Amino acid sequence: MSTTVILTIVSLSIIGIVAATILYFVAQKFKVYEDPRIDEVDEVLPGANCGGCGYPGCRGFAEACVKSEDLGNLYCPVGGNDCMSSVAKVLGRTAVEKEPDVAVLLCNGACSLRPNTNKYDGAGSCTIAHNLYGGETGCQYGCLGLGDCVRVCDFDALHMDAETGLPVVDEEKCTACGACVKECPRNLFELRPKGKKGRRIYVACSNKDKGSAKKIGCDVACIGCRKCEKECAFDAITIENFNAYIDPQKCKLCRKCAPVCPTNAIHEINFPPRKVKVEKEPALAETSSTTSAQADGATEVVARKPRVKPESTDATKPDPGSENNPS
Amino acid sequence: MLKTFPKGGVHPPENKLSAQAAIEVFPIPPQVVIPIAQHIGAPSTILVKRGDMVKTGQIIAKTSGFVSANIHSSVSGKVTKIEDVVDSSGYKRPCVIIDTEGDEWEEGISRDPSLISSIALEPKEIIERVLEKGIVGMGGATFPSHIKLNVPSGKKAEYLIINGVECEPYLTSDHRVMLEQPEQLMVGIQIIMKALGVSKAIIGIENNKPDAIESLNKLAPSYPGVSVEALKVQYPQGGEKQLIKATINREVPSGGLPIDVGAVVHNVGTAIAIYEAVQKNKPLIERVVTVTGKSLAKPSNFLVRIGTPISSLIEAAGGLPEDTGKVINGGPMMGKALSNLDVPVTKGTSGVLIIRDEESGRKEIAPCIRCARCTHVCPMGLEPYLLMTVSKNSIWEKAEKNDIMDCIECGSCSYECPANRPLLDYIRLGKSKVSQIIRSRRQS
Repeated sequence: MSTTVILTIVSLSIIGIVAATILYFVAQKFKVYEDPRIDEVDEVLPGANCGGCGYPGCRGFAEACVKSEDLGNLYCPVGGNDCMSSVAKVLGRTAVEKEPDVAVLLCNGACSLRPNTNKYDGAGSCTIAHNLYGGETGCQYGCLGLGDCVRVCDFDALHMDAETGLPVVDEEKCTACGACVKECPRNLFELRPKGKKGRRIYVACSNKDKGSAKKIGCDVACIGCRKCEKECAFDAITIENFNAYIDPQKCKLCRKCAPVCPTNAIHEINFPPRKVKVEKEPALAETSSTTSAQADGATEVVARKPRVKPESTDATKPDPGSENNPS
Repeated sequence: MLKTFPKGGVHPPENKLSAQAAIEVFPIPPQVVIPIAQHIGAPSTILVKRGDMVKTGQIIAKTSGFVSANIHSSVSGKVTKIEDVVDSSGYKRPCVIIDTEGDEWEEGISRDPSLISSIALEPKEIIERVLEKGIVGMGGATFPSHIKLNVPSGKKAEYLIINGVECEPYLTSDHRVMLEQPEQLMVGIQIIMKALGVSKAIIGIENNKPDAIESLNKLAPSYPGVSVEALKVQYPQGGEKQLIKATINREVPSGGLPIDVGAVVHNVGTAIAIYEAVQKNKPLIERVVTVTGKSLAKPSNFLVRIGTPISSLIEAAGGLPEDTGKVINGGPMMGKALSNLDVPVTKGTSGVLIIRDEESGRKEIAPCIRCARCTHVCPMGLEPYLLMTVSKNSIWEKAEKNDIMDCIECGSCSYECPANRPLLDYIRLGKSKVSQIIRSRRQS
């Protein structure tokens, strides 16, 4: 009995030793040298594997950092400048400071401002609805409200607002990884500099129709009237396809453009409320009071709840959506 | 035993409500909206400008590439606007808007209804004429017909298959055309045979149209090479690949074209349009449209000028019923719901179907129970449940590997699914993504 046990132990040990020796030599022969700094860089990265840097995951980014001569083109939007400076410390290089970005939604067409002309009942995906037709409202460029962006966000920074039917960006959580920018079939997200104290101004509309056509579909569309362009002293505003765009690099956040916008398409975020000026001219007084009302809360959500549309949805219109509808 | 395709397929209730309604000539509308992208391929280049006077049949937009088609004015009058209008795609696209004034036809177009059976043109001239007159496939896919008449070098066409299947429930436009214009159809087939250089033509008709089969069978002996094949009723027999399999028992390889197995398929409506283009010099400016629905007062078949708003067709068929849930452009299986009733009739509008509210809604989606019914009914032998899952999860490589591009989008899987899963919606999404990937791979 005992010999069997001893024999087993001895033979297994021999197999173990032989295998270990073979494995040792194989490991020596096929050894792949990996720069130890890759591990070190990987350690200081956030580990979100979101792909926001343009590389396949944090490991890929770490390899790129180690390989590159300078860190000029490399930036981790999740970790931001702090993360990049620690990467630079590991590698003994200097990091390039970058202003943090945040995603903004270039559509302001809340349910009450953009009446439905039909009803979609197909699969709940923006991309499918976008491939199918122009959407439930008169605007074929606006948000479809089916939440593809919310599902793709790894950082829980996007939520659908039940009242407006639009996604809301949580600027605390948004890392500007750009996943929503890629996902949105209508290209409604833009990464813009967060700005000083989070202050930023942008045109929340992507409609490329003519002004009159936009007006029918949506109350708050940029109609391309060029009033803001004339108002801007820094040439920051350009109009293309009847749609204004504010260049964040040129914009000095003077806030002169927002009050002149006849449709409230220009959004101001995180600014203190405007002082209500009492003007003698009635037309001007009206403009300033509406803007002050809009800027009161000075948050994205509040800015989106302006006037109420008087007309109701035409209920007699048929519902589209279902492609295969055997009866 | 009647022939059919062997794999998959479903048999939805036929509901051919308008089968006995003779084709009525629809009055010329006061205004037409003619989209310049009515076919598969590149949109045409507009040749007219605002304020121009045009005649019926005058060319208003020219082909702008290999896969493209000419577009002609369907009325005579004044071009009032050229602007973006929502068409059946659900998007705003450029359209030419013409206000009708009288009905003055372009010179050279014969409006004499008498039959001309001798074919004067040579094959090359026939193809040129088809291109010039803007003929596209009228079964719904609107593929420019001249391309299908040009047999690529190295390939040989043996059979011309004429699609008179009309497997979509409700639709009857092809059926009525076969009944009312059988001689024109036969001459049209002879013209296509001459252009292709084939000696055999088969008209495939499903057995639920016995009157059409009988009348064409009577005519067939006087047209050499033409035969009529009665087929078992089975959706999607009108699909090109299914029809080839059913009639000549050949299988088009994955990613291949019918010409790879020596077949060319044309719809009956296209054959008649080609007859009119070649013998009467008439461009494709009108087509037969079925307007139907269970609660519609008068399901009808109308001969409509291209550009007529669909709302006026519904008006003429008894008005939009109170219980309307959806209005579908095309048949119930492959048609697309309209978001707007002012959408114009285009070359591909085979029918307008009004579905009652109680039948139109989608049912609640339940989890897949792996019953494999979708796999069973797929006429292409695909696994729709798998393709939906991989598309939903963006695994495009796997979707491509599982032949997502072979899907003909017939919708049999979604129709059959007991869990009401939107299989085709996701497969379409996958197809569009995978074709993008394939295109970019070819470019690089």
